[in-house]
Amino acid sequence: MVTFTLNGQERTFDGDPDTPLLWVIRDFEKLTGTKYGCGVAQCGACTVHLDGMPRRSCVTPVAMIEGSEVVTIEGISGTEADAVKTAWTGLDVPQCGYCQSGQIMSAVALLQMVPKPTDADIDGAMAGNICRCATYHRIRAAIHNAASSMEG
Amino acid sequence: MTIQNIKTTRRDFIAGSGLVIGVAIAPKFVSAAPAGVHAGGDAALAPINAFVKIGTDDTVTVLSKHIEFGQGPFTGLATLVAEELDADWSQMRAVHSPTDNKIYANLMFGLQGTGGSSSIANSYEQMRKAGAAARAMLVVAAANEWKVPTSQITIEKGRIRHAASGKESGFGAFAEKAARLTPPAEPKLKDPKDFVLIGTELPKLDTLGKTNGTAIFTLDITPDNLLIAVVAHPEHFGATVKSFNDAEARKVEGVVDVKQVPSGVAVYADNTFAALKGRDALSIEWDLSKAETRSSEELASDYRKLFGEKGLEATNNGNIDNAFKAPGLQTVEAEIVFPFLAHAPMEPLDAVFIKAADGSVDIYNGAQFPAMDQAVAAKVLGLDEAKVRVNTQLAGGSFGRKAQFGSPYMQEAAAVYAATDRTRPLKHMWTREDDIRGGYYRPMYAHRMRGAIDAQGQITAWEQVIVGQSIMGKADLDPTSVEGASNLPYTIPNLKVSAHNVQLSIPPLWWRSVGHTHTGFAVETFVDELFQKIGKDPVEGRLALLGKKPRHAGVLKKAAEMANWGSPVPEGRARGVAVVESFGTFVGQIVEISVGPEGAPRVHKVWCAVDCGVAVNPNVIKAQMEGGIGYGLGAVLFDAVTLGKGGKIMQSNFHDYRSIRINEMPDVAVEIIKSGENPSGVGEPGVPPVGPAVANAWRRLTGAPVRQLPIVNIVSA
Repeated sequence: MVTFTLNGQERTFDGDPDTPLLWVIRDFEKLTGTKYGCGVAQCGACTVHLDGMPRRSCVTPVAMIEGSEVVTIEGISGTEADAVKTAWTGLDVPQCGYCQSGQIMSAVALLQMVPKPTDADIDGAMAGNICRCATYHRIRAAIHNAASSMEG
Repeated sequence: MTIQNIKTTRRDFIAGSGLVIGVAIAPKFVSAAPAGVHAGGDAALAPINAFVKIGTDDTVTVLSKHIEFGQGPFTGLATLVAEELDADWSQMRAVHSPTDNKIYANLMFGLQGTGGSSSIANSYEQMRKAGAAARAMLVVAAANEWKVPTSQITIEKGRIRHAASGKESGFGAFAEKAARLTPPAEPKLKDPKDFVLIGTELPKLDTLGKTNGTAIFTLDITPDNLLIAVVAHPEHFGATVKSFNDAEARKVEGVVDVKQVPSGVAVYADNTFAALKGRDALSIEWDLSKAETRSSEELASDYRKLFGEKGLEATNNGNIDNAFKAPGLQTVEAEIVFPFLAHAPMEPLDAVFIKAADGSVDIYNGAQFPAMDQAVAAKVLGLDEAKVRVNTQLAGGSFGRKAQFGSPYMQEAAAVYAATDRTRPLKHMWTREDDIRGGYYRPMYAHRMRGAIDAQGQITAWEQVIVGQSIMGKADLDPTSVEGASNLPYTIPNLKVSAHNVQLSIPPLWWRSVGHTHTGFAVETFVDELFQKIGKDPVEGRLALLGKKPRHAGVLKKAAEMANWGSPVPEGRARGVAVVESFGTFVGQIVEISVGPEGAPRVHKVWCAVDCGVAVNPNVIKAQMEGGIGYGLGAVLFDAVTLGKGGKIMQSNFHDYRSIRINEMPDVAVEIIKSGENPSGVGEPGVPPVGPAVANAWRRLTGAPVRQLPIVNIVSA
């Protein structure tokens, strides 16, 4: 039995302890904003925050998260999250949209750590998130916009 | 077929115009389990026409006959309706239409389908008419109610007014009454000069749900008691199951069943992880007797052997043999080999099946040809087509992957469902490995180019031979193999283009921009090489040969202007040019590159000019150019599916089938040529020019022409 908090609520899981957090969130908790894209931590579509840090949930066995706080796209909130979501809609970043939960979770984590990121900071924080629609140009611009909006 | 040929006949229009004005109901109970979105939207809304529903809450819902997987048809089609309806953008909504090959036909295909960058092009008049008809019916309903002449009614931004009496209303109050009226046969359309929404950067309708995690894709549909199924596939194309042992798989907690299906061995489980773990635990012996056993290298060698043989003639202008015999010529030759490419959309293929009480089945999937999926599923499930409802869902990309004649993916998914007792809903899903190794690739091609330059520095002859699979499965010439080459835009007096079809057991498919993925590269790199040989500027050289192609010339000039072509380029960098027409849209691109850290091109900047006729939503057009550039660039730099010794598929996931990432994405500037031509598509046309533009810059920077893709393989070899 693993106990953790998910978007602020205490949850337990008593299935196979090898089950990746991704499938616990999607199949058992039925929160489907967090996506499957590769299963091997190559694409970032499954990014969640684990104790405040971005984490690829597809390679995180649920057994490892005992006592941890998990936040998904459905639960992310605060100054940085608001700024990122506003910037994302302002620039109409998504195309197919499938990877965008992961992109946003990585972008929020970046801004939480680096409020005014450079292009190099963005490359470093976001290179693990693939977007096959290649919305990268707008992702970069939206992160800069979000950072600017937090200053004001 | 050209855009200009497309006219909705009155008959077609009426067939597709049962106006659906409707009544809004209270929000539906939202269950904890994400449910699929029923095609056609809220059933409680009474129809105004097949494409428009209006709620008593004033919302206008457009039923999109085209799937939304990122290219913007929800927004585009709603814009066309809203324009003629004089709606306010804030009241517009969009959902997928139901499946119906007649009412919801793509007017270019004659059946319901999305592809060929045709969504806006084929809907431009039809959706405007749907909006105009709905408007006319609202006007009549209001005039009847207010007892005033229809001529005195105005509509602006969703408000119906009668100025003299001061009466005013939203649409909702007249929705039901309008729905009962006979639709006008030929609703009058606006003069384009009066457009207030078309041509403006309206925010996209699907952005919000894709920003907060609420957008539902097929993989997200999680009804209670759901069974998850995955199939173990072979590592060789054409291999079949000889025998298998499922003892270990059945021991996995959560695995419910294991069955052989035509395409492999299916594992059924209570959750996704159990299904995947169960599949890993299978032991399967494959029969390779009918499998493709040649490697990519051996295939390329076999392709090259066909260059000298007589092929299928696509174009033969002038006299190519004599032209090459003329005295005093310089000739240039090139062979270019293109690899297999997987589409690798972010959401791998998937489908959900749910049986209703009457035995009929709802299917939820990212259906690009929904009626084909319906027909195939009905056959496999042994049901009448009327008993199978395909509910098109938002899809996490496609790039052509989901547009398959004969719906082979649905064949597998339905077979997996058919093998159960259907008491439980079932989700069939592919993993990324299934996707990368699953075939239906952009085929491998080999091109041989020969060019002749006379003593005056004129290009006098061009011969091009293209070898590869026919995407359309043709025995004779496949136009998609030669498009972009057979209709070479450059005026060259002697032009010969021919093709050879190759039969392989690796299934081919169109990949974002189809034939232009390779012909655009071959043509634009080769012509550039000829210009370099002659000492001509790549922009001036092209313009001199584009006398009969003003729209090509227009985008090239615009891109050159944007890039300030001719201005000094920073030390260590070079620029490259390409211009390609595809799907009736013209795109010119100029790139600036340097040698990157891996020794491969680092693309810093792309200037892109696009002429797609009337720009319905410039914001979406720019997004498609940006995305097309990234998609095309990633493939040219990094991507290949290769068959190793014995025909084994070598790649499996994003670690070895690389996608472009944010640190590799160039800055992109896009400008749209102002045009009054009917709109053409933008989903694909941004892709073809970027590869050759980069290769041209690379050749000018390093002296090395790109003869084999992806580029990263050449520089690391």
